[in-house]
Amino acid sequence: MLLAKSIYFKYEKLLPFNLPELDLNPCDELLILGKSGSGKTTLLHILGGLLKPQSGKVVIDGTDIYSLRGNALDKFRGQNIGIIFQKPHILSALTVMENLQIANFFVGKNTQNTIEINLEELGIADKKSAKLDTLSEGEAQRVSIARALANEPKVILADEPTASLDDENAEKVIRLLKAQAKRLQAILIVVTHDQRVKNHIANQVTIGEVYR
Amino acid sequence: MNLLKLSWKYLVAKPLNTTLNILLLALGLAIITVLLLMQDQFENKMSKDAVGIDLVVGAKGSPLQLVLSSVYHIDFPTGNIDLEEAIGVSKNRLIKNTIPLGMGDNYQGFRIVGTNHDYLDLYDVSFASGSPWNLPFEVVIGHDVAAKLGLKVGDAFVGSHGISSASHDHDEHDYVISGVLEKQGIVVDQLILTSIESVWYTHDEEHDHGLMEKAVATTGFPETTEPREITSLLVQYRNPIAAVQLPRFINSRSSLQAASPSFEISRLFELLGIGVTLVQGLAVIIIVISGLGIFIALYNSLKERKYDLAVMRTIGASKGQLFRHILLEGVLLTFLGGLVGLLIGHLFLLILVLNYDQGAIAGLRADVFLVEELYLVFFAVLIGVLASLLPAWNAYRTDIAKQLTK
Repeated sequence: MLLAKSIYFKYEKLLPFNLPELDLNPCDELLILGKSGSGKTTLLHILGGLLKPQSGKVVIDGTDIYSLRGNALDKFRGQNIGIIFQKPHILSALTVMENLQIANFFVGKNTQNTIEINLEELGIADKKSAKLDTLSEGEAQRVSIARALANEPKVILADEPTASLDDENAEKVIRLLKAQAKRLQAILIVVTHDQRVKNHIANQVTIGEVYR
Repeated sequence: MNLLKLSWKYLVAKPLNTTLNILLLALGLAIITVLLLMQDQFENKMSKDAVGIDLVVGAKGSPLQLVLSSVYHIDFPTGNIDLEEAIGVSKNRLIKNTIPLGMGDNYQGFRIVGTNHDYLDLYDVSFASGSPWNLPFEVVIGHDVAAKLGLKVGDAFVGSHGISSASHDHDEHDYVISGVLEKQGIVVDQLILTSIESVWYTHDEEHDHGLMEKAVATTGFPETTEPREITSLLVQYRNPIAAVQLPRFINSRSSLQAASPSFEISRLFELLGIGVTLVQGLAVIIIVISGLGIFIALYNSLKERKYDLAVMRTIGASKGQLFRHILLEGVLLTFLGGLVGLLIGHLFLLILVLNYDQGAIAGLRADVFLVEELYLVFFAVLIGVLASLLPAWNAYRTDIAKQLTK
């Protein structure tokens, strides 16, 4: 279902990252741990089709995503991969509902029902027509989760989703992520250095041993 | 949700910036709209007013003034000419017909013009009510005069001396309205027409009551036993040779002056043209600056929005969609600017027309739309495309991973 094979990536003037081989099936959960600068976020971007590695391949649902070109990759990402960032990144000009609908629009889907259910389950149904500046940090993060889930992805990638949240909200967010991934039968990959997350996901891999 | 709505949301999110850009562009386009409307209608009106008048003969002075006063009734007459001399000129074999005009009085600012029925035929007028004048002191009033002063057939009024209002009244004899014209869209709408005799008698010291009951001349010159004067003659040529010979003949051989309306008006437009070009240049500069403003606004907002754009890419937007998203924003802005510009232009003309109900501006209409205005909107949209092309290209090239890790 998700396969990451012999991925090699290196930034100019830096040493290459040591990235693990991955082979995950639907409903699998994976926690990627590592110090900052170890390449966690880079790996997540590579898995999410945002950053092409110098070599190696990422296969999702039978598709080698970096063999896709231009629009095809964007559409594939929109449809199959839901990405949650450390900061919520809500589109500032739009309301909560419009933020979710625009995700639908970009891939030509209409999942209005799913969106409504997600908002309900994430406890932000009453914020539908609110804008970013009226949301609390926790609420904003939940909106970004709802948006990542709007197109019913097969893979959910979360980059430090709890970093800026207090204990209570961090706990809530990680539980929600797990529950939603189960419901969608999606693969959940969380990248973090947050100790609070460790107890929730058993399957863990640590990266960060840089080639010397 | 669609791209148009998305672009609109981003415009609305910055209301002040958006309004400023729209207004600046609208201002430039409004100036051009007013110029277009006025130029079109002036030229239209000017040529309609002068139709059938090949030459104006009057007292020596400025030829332009003679044309403006006798054809368009906006400037003061150059003076009067002797009736005998006018009759002499009119017998020239190159002339098909002449219409005498006698001016000098007004009522509430509307000029009282003494002439004959040929003048009515010249403009092919139709009557809303009543009939042409037959006796001295009977008048026919234009549509605007009737509408603005609330006059109708049978009403009487006293003219004032001079061709603009507020001078002493001729209280010896009332004018009586015998007819009201329908709207013609030309200069006669603003005139009070009567016989030459009326104009003469109103200025006489003594009144011969026998003359008052005598029918006036409906064509040609009125008969008179006294030495009389008229203001000018409207001349129609018999053949094209007249255009070459007649003006020269009149100007050199008599104490009169001949002026061609078409020649004088094209000279007038030439003089005005410099001013019009100047204003047009100013409008173009404003439009260019507004285009630059839109470009800068988009370019700057892009810096703040690169994050948003990167996020859009992660949720499935293609590069092309982002390109169109930014382009649409510029186009939407300038399209609105175009529409607002037309609106302001028409509104401005309306205010102008409402404030000047007499003279050259009167008779212009603000509710006329030209094909050129569509081109203006198209032009505005083109500016939007040009201004947003580079920002859109930048949006197209946004490196998602780099933006997201910043």
